[in-house]
Amino acid sequence: MALIEGRGLRKVFKTTVALEGIDLRVEQGRILGLIGPNGAGKTTVLNAILGLTPYEGQLTVLGLDPWACRDRLMRDVCFISDVAILPRWLRVSQALDFVAGVHPRFDRARADSFLAKTDIRRTSKVRHLSKGMVTQLQLAIVMAIDARLLVLDEPTLGLDLLFRRQFYDSLLNDYFDRSRTIIVTTHQVEEVQHVLTDLMFIDRGRIVLDTSMEQFESRYTELQVRSQQLATARALKPICERQTLDRTLLIFDGVDRTQLASLGDTRTPSIADLFVAVMSNQPQRHGAAQ
Amino acid sequence: MSSPSTPMSGFESQPLAPAVISPHRILYWSIRRELWEHRSIYVAPLIVAGLILLGFLIGSSHMVANVRSAQSLGTMQLQEAIERPFSLAAMFLMGIGFVVSIFYCVEALHGERRDRSILFWKSLPLSDLTVVLSKMMIPLLVVPLITVALTVVTQMLMLLLDLVILQVSGLSLTLLWTNLSLSTMWMMMLYHMLALHGLWFAPAYAWMLLASAWARRAAFLWAVLPPVAIGVLEKIAFNTAYFPHWMQYRFGGAPGSEAYPGNDHAMHAWAHLNIVRFLLSADLWSGLAVAALFLFVAARVRRNRGPL
Repeated sequence: MALIEGRGLRKVFKTTVALEGIDLRVEQGRILGLIGPNGAGKTTVLNAILGLTPYEGQLTVLGLDPWACRDRLMRDVCFISDVAILPRWLRVSQALDFVAGVHPRFDRARADSFLAKTDIRRTSKVRHLSKGMVTQLQLAIVMAIDARLLVLDEPTLGLDLLFRRQFYDSLLNDYFDRSRTIIVTTHQVEEVQHVLTDLMFIDRGRIVLDTSMEQFESRYTELQVRSQQLATARALKPICERQTLDRTLLIFDGVDRTQLASLGDTRTPSIADLFVAVMSNQPQRHGAAQ
Repeated sequence: MSSPSTPMSGFESQPLAPAVISPHRILYWSIRRELWEHRSIYVAPLIVAGLILLGFLIGSSHMVANVRSAQSLGTMQLQEAIERPFSLAAMFLMGIGFVVSIFYCVEALHGERRDRSILFWKSLPLSDLTVVLSKMMIPLLVVPLITVALTVVTQMLMLLLDLVILQVSGLSLTLLWTNLSLSTMWMMMLYHMLALHGLWFAPAYAWMLLASAWARRAAFLWAVLPPVAIGVLEKIAFNTAYFPHWMQYRFGGAPGSEAYPGNDHAMHAWAHLNIVRFLLSADLWSGLAVAALFLFVAARVRRNRGPL
């Protein structure tokens, strides 16, 4: 059984359809990136997985129905959200005391040793911490919980470059092992490209791409085409074409890379470039995706 | 406390969360959490206690004269003169306790949505019902016990001051022992706070918690307006006032309610008071049943609620 299994997941808010019956399957030990434009339904998917919102269709997370047993599920699931969700009146020491008091899988010593590496004082209230420090505190709490699924919703939004880099480094070096699973949504796609094992694009409540990173690398090729070969390359039906200063870049889906190599330089496209290509091929999309 | 962080060997082989934390430990930390957030639960009564002591200190300048004149009037007047400040102190502290409970209940499930921290609390393995029940413990148990404890301390300090004054003025100290029965007052008060302010008012607190879970804004109005609306509707439709009278009976205070079958002055009614009769009364239990229903609904509502 997969860690997360969803079939026909559908969610309708009053007038808008947030999820149009998606299927979802996440195996243990994966790091899944859920990428999509604003309002695509990413947070709705995460909220359904976390038991924060009801939904139509079937969904099991660690074998449980998240809406029916959120409290049970939260022993094994953690999440960090983009918005400041730590109450501003809470002291750092109180946050640790409380989680240690009620969470059966929280290791206080681990959180303490992580916090020791930061500038966060135990007596500070959350309201007096910088945004980066709040994220560090959340990360300290989450990393000290022996959870099996970690859900990150725009975890690095509004953080400076140093904090962002440090965030994923800590996550990969000190937290992630093959028994854990991570789902992350972010607009900072370039940061997670080398972190992910799986990639999912979501747009207007539909999954438009669902692939492992190995598949991604073998399936998509970006070609920097020589100008005299442009017509030949176009005949191979690239999914996207764009001009930079002096070059033309084409992205191909499922075209043999050795064949393309004769037309110019090939490489694996960045997730960001593929995202733009896939999104602009979606019907009736107005405005830029990112 | 926490489970050892051994590396896990696979989804199938790892049983789901065998570690469980005992309910009383969860209750303990939940109540501490509420006291961290809502410091007014003890700060407001402390301020009132300070004011009482200050007032008592100022009033003590004419205390000796009062006692002397009361002595000449008779034993009833003497007892009254000595006891009154102590009764007043207890009444003020009970009053502020009641006010604190109301404000707490209206705020409890609303504030966490306003500051988005509900997402943090929901990321912990606590069910909505656990959270709602632990919040109910504040008006049901914590505020009554704080009120009694603070009254005991305040009255002890007042007693100390009385002793000093009587000593200095040369009046007999036995005046205090014969006219003041603080231990009886404390027992009465403990019963009064737990039975009346706790159990008897429980449906009101539960209703306010429900309103605070429900309302997007103005939780206080959501708590107050429905009962008022029913009263207005009844008055206009039938020109009767059964509902307001019933509300008065349920929440009007000590005299006349089930907790005090006798109609005496509350603090002297120890003899009239029938704990067994109160604990077996249908009105108490129907109230508690309604409170349980409100709390259950509040938990269901909270489950559906996210940040505002």
